[in-house]
Amino acid sequence: MTGMPLLSLAIWIPILGGLLVLATGGDRNAPLARALALLVALAGFAVTIPLYTGFDTGTATMQFVELSPWILLFNINYHLGVDGISVLFVILNAFITIIVVVAGWQVIQQKVAQYLAAFLIMSGLMNGIFSALDGILFYVFFEASLIPLYLVIGIWGGNNRVYAAIKFFLYTLVGSLMMLVALLYLFMQAGGSFSILDWHQLPIPMGAQTLIFFAFLAAFAVKVPMWPVHTWLPDAHVQAPTGGSVVLAAIALKLGAYGFLRFSLPIVPDAAQAYAPLMIALSLIAVVYIGFVALVQTDMKKLVAYSSIAHMGFVTLGFFMFNQLGIEGALVQMISHGFVSGAMFLCIGVLYDRMHSREISDYGGVVNRMPKFAAFFMLFAMANAGLPGTSGFVGEFMVVLGAVEFNFWVAFLAATTLILGAAYTLWMYKRVVFGDVANPHVAELEDINGREFAFLAVLALCVLAMGVYPFPFTEVMHASVDELLRHVAVSKL
Amino acid sequence: MNFVVPDFYPAAAEIFVAVMALVIMLASTFARRVGRTLAYVLAQFTLIGAAFITIFVTMSDQVVYTFSDMFVGDLLGNFLKLLIYFAVAIALLYGRGYLADRNMDRPEYHLLAVLMTLGMMVMVTANHLLTLYIGLEMMSLSLYAMVAFDRDSARSTEAGMKYFVLGALASGLLLYGMSMIYGATGALDFGSIHEALYYQSANKTVLLFGLVFLMAGIAFKLGVVPFHMWVPDVYQGAPTAVTLLIATAPKLAAFAMAMRLLVFGLFELAEQWQAMLMFLAVLSIILGNLAAIAQSNIKRMLAYSGISHMGFMLLGLLSGVVDGDRHYAFGAYSSAMFYAVSYVIMSLASFGMVILLSRAGFEAENIDDFKGLNKRSPWFAAMMMIVMFSMAGIPFFIGFFAKLAVLQSVVAAGYIWLAVLAVIMSVIGAYYYLRVVKVMYFDEPVDSAPIHAPADVRVMLSVNGLSIAVLGLMPNALMSLCVFALLASLV
Repeated sequence: MTGMPLLSLAIWIPILGGLLVLATGGDRNAPLARALALLVALAGFAVTIPLYTGFDTGTATMQFVELSPWILLFNINYHLGVDGISVLFVILNAFITIIVVVAGWQVIQQKVAQYLAAFLIMSGLMNGIFSALDGILFYVFFEASLIPLYLVIGIWGGNNRVYAAIKFFLYTLVGSLMMLVALLYLFMQAGGSFSILDWHQLPIPMGAQTLIFFAFLAAFAVKVPMWPVHTWLPDAHVQAPTGGSVVLAAIALKLGAYGFLRFSLPIVPDAAQAYAPLMIALSLIAVVYIGFVALVQTDMKKLVAYSSIAHMGFVTLGFFMFNQLGIEGALVQMISHGFVSGAMFLCIGVLYDRMHSREISDYGGVVNRMPKFAAFFMLFAMANAGLPGTSGFVGEFMVVLGAVEFNFWVAFLAATTLILGAAYTLWMYKRVVFGDVANPHVAELEDINGREFAFLAVLALCVLAMGVYPFPFTEVMHASVDELLRHVAVSKL
Repeated sequence: MNFVVPDFYPAAAEIFVAVMALVIMLASTFARRVGRTLAYVLAQFTLIGAAFITIFVTMSDQVVYTFSDMFVGDLLGNFLKLLIYFAVAIALLYGRGYLADRNMDRPEYHLLAVLMTLGMMVMVTANHLLTLYIGLEMMSLSLYAMVAFDRDSARSTEAGMKYFVLGALASGLLLYGMSMIYGATGALDFGSIHEALYYQSANKTVLLFGLVFLMAGIAFKLGVVPFHMWVPDVYQGAPTAVTLLIATAPKLAAFAMAMRLLVFGLFELAEQWQAMLMFLAVLSIILGNLAAIAQSNIKRMLAYSGISHMGFMLLGLLSGVVDGDRHYAFGAYSSAMFYAVSYVIMSLASFGMVILLSRAGFEAENIDDFKGLNKRSPWFAAMMMIVMFSMAGIPFFIGFFAKLAVLQSVVAAGYIWLAVLAVIMSVIGAYYYLRVVKVMYFDEPVDSAPIHAPADVRVMLSVNGLSIAVLGLMPNALMSLCVFALLASLV
């Protein structure tokens, strides 16, 4: 443990830095805004590194804890801390922020400072979500993070951006306000405490557990998103600028899944087990049905958006089987999906910046003009399909193994994702990259520049490293997942 | 019979404001050339002076009664009075340029504003049905005149007329209710009414009839459904500077009126008036939010949003007593008070923004007038965005903590269904606030004229907007003040 309030720094450096970037003003100062934003993103990432190096993998208790009173009247505390489940997401988030800042370097030419500030502030808020140990603090970060994403989609998005932005905002607001009522109910039951850790120990009757479970489900299912409340995601993804899509896929979708692990499972374990069949059924529908939906998409971004929903279905499936392989596999899958889907959206962004089209049919034969790009895209497509040796394989394989332990037919259906995922990803890749150059614009394409090469290469390294040697990731989460499973097995009735 | 000189000391601020009102009247008559500026300066001086008196002379955590128990000096009253000065002073500051552009900054305007303030002060410190009524009428009569202040505008006159007729009706109902309470209890001051109820020496039937009429009067002044009809028309018809005055400080005064009548006077009937309040609150939250969606005029939209906010505020008032258990009363009433205060701060900023965008010969009345504000002035677009998100109840802004506090009271009282209903309606409410943010940020400006406003308005509006964010990050102090004021006043 170090004396520095590392989590506070991870939250407030990006937020205050974002405000500073905002203060650079109009587009005349865009170069300054970009440099400053990169500096802030790097500093934000730098403070998260000691979270990993100083992390004690032997214990499931919260680490790097900060606790000070915030609102005395309701006993709300500024209570931060991370365990093996959350620490990796804080680091991933800080890392993706750098990529997003670099990815928008040339593409965004209007309202540069506002764009970069929105992403930095969002990054800080998301770190807050992952490290909050107070129910209201969590909620406050959870809701506040809607604002920057709403603005990013609405200002820099595509043609139908307003519809997508409002849909995204209202969908997520409905769910999270239900959660707020549940939080207030828990506050009363716990005798006036908003501490999540206190709630973990709180006995709750089954009727109340059921209601709380569904209130949390309303909030988290929309964020994940689970079938059938997923319809905001393709709209938001398609309309968002590249950076927005990357953050949405890599980080924002993880918030819902993280919520299940931090709230639903430990606070209402009996209801979670009682309704696990429902959750598994919804997850399998997401995996199989959404997989087929992805197959017929003609828009690249929509295709990857649907593939994200299918992958997140895998994650929720892993959670609700209540075994070690399932939950750890799901966590690995979440991190891997952060890298892979982020990279996929960046690749599509690279093409879109040149062609201003996301339609698969407008492309073909890209490899002839952009060989370096095609190689990267190939790697990420393979990772998205779950090829062994890439990070995508590890998580999916662990979840499938966990499913076999749980029930053969569940495992059988889950495993279809390996076929479906390969089908829709590789088919898209084939149509975009291979074949003849049909479109005259494709013939004029230029290969990736040094900046694009840099961020794709870094992500490629992450994908490969995690695929070949996932131990550093699983090692961190092991003790916490163990403890969670022990906790869930004990009834709280 | 011996004549006792009453203790004037607790009413020092009221006396000061009353004297100053006369000074303004005289000064503006004799100093005709500088009358307009002089009246404004004197009005601001009155408010600042009253604030000083309230802070340094009358502020204490003791409760004092004077004028034969007609007047009470307690922390609740002093605290609310301070907020009223503050709200009126800011409203006058925002409105000054607007009035000057339209040749409406005649000295009478500021005189009426000071008299209105005096009326509200009397309401807030009333310990007697008649004092309360006098204060209420003083406030209302000043407001009727101000709504119709734009004499050449048909809409303004119509709004003034409507406000006056309906307001007079509501006052009549209130007075009728008061007479019944008097008939049933034989007392006019709140302490004796409370005692009469406590020892159950009052006729319950007459009392309940009286309560219904009182409730109608309170509901009218708060502008909650089904007594809300005047709100949209008056907000839209009145000059924006006057709308700003109506939508802010009087809400605090109406809150004080509800507290004095219901909690200080009729607390023993809590179960009965809570049921009525629940009816009013539910209707207001539903109708206010639904009707606001359909508005294209921002003043009308804010009017309906104000109706729903008052409904939310009532949620706090109605969850004080559960099955005779008064354990939660302080928390519940302080959450309502915190809500009212937060609403006033947000409302000031929202109408302040409407005034900021209006120029000579141009009323920024429609939501479309905010189009592309982010291009015209990123700073004020950000301020308006803060206000809108705060009103929608999104953290880190004060509006969220206000909603959190009342929802907490509602859940504590066991009305989970009510909390769920309120929450669903706030999602619907979020839509129209988001629409304002949408036109500011996602649309292109139709009007590229730069924003002209005096420096004091710019600074104050920025402070106002930022305070919503800062109080949202640190709501602890204001929340604690509300609790403390109530604890010290409700013995």
